[in-house]
Amino acid sequence: MKPINIQVMKVGIVSCSGEELPEGTISRFACRKVLDDLRQTDTVTICLPLFIAGGQEERDFAKTYPTITVDGCEKRCAQISTERLSAKPKKSLVISEILQRHGIKPPANLRNLTTDENTAVRVVAEELAKAVDEVLEG
Amino acid sequence: MSRKFEKVVAMACSGIGKPYGAVARETVYELTERVRPGKVVTTCLPLLVMEDPEARQLVTNNPVITIDGCPKSCALKSVEALGIKAAKAYEVIRFFKAHKDLKPEGITELNEGGKKLAAVSADELAQDVDELIAGEVKS
Repeated sequence: MKPINIQVMKVGIVSCSGEELPEGTISRFACRKVLDDLRQTDTVTICLPLFIAGGQEERDFAKTYPTITVDGCEKRCAQISTERLSAKPKKSLVISEILQRHGIKPPANLRNLTTDENTAVRVVAEELAKAVDEVLEG
Repeated sequence: MSRKFEKVVAMACSGIGKPYGAVARETVYELTERVRPGKVVTTCLPLLVMEDPEARQLVTNNPVITIDGCPKSCALKSVEALGIKAAKAYEVIRFFKAHKDLKPEGITELNEGGKKLAAVSADELAQDVDELIAGEVKS
């Protein structure tokens, strides 16, 4: 019997870690919501600094997977680092732009998020899930 | 003669895949917000990956403590990639081995054990911070 070759396509999510910014926390939480809940079987992730600390396997991440970067601020660390150290992402999202578009005020806390900040996480996660679908649909 | 400093930079690995990465980040927040506010500062680790001038200046001009979640040591290696030697480098597992009753679980939201582990880790790092600021440790 011939083996069946099934290729399962997954989308790589690269979040800015943004330890210094509340938007970084929103980014991490929203990415985890997509990875663990909204698009669990369609997504994988990598810690951004692994492009430097890891080996070739880690550096090939964005060559192996079509990738979406999620950045907390306009410095776009995730997008630029992925582009520079791995490969060009398919899509790049910026938290501050998403929140502005939805009329949500900027978050203020690095941890222990408020109800409004949890709403921001949900909104960003839903946009990211939609972006995953678009990448998968080609 | 050792040099005195006004502040210490604590850099956490930016791990979003494992509870230990979350503990590393929470430990840094405990240091900056509760244990030594004003004396310990942090910056986003990817800014070092990007070689952001302000972030580079911060870690060049002040002693750095790195706290990593796993043996890949992203925080330490990202600092070293700029040609800077960390004054102190830790892995979360070191603190967990000393406090095995505080098992961290969860990534975005740590469980009580993880939060307590971060708090006791930060308390233990306070001495390092004080010594680095006083210039009692060669960085």
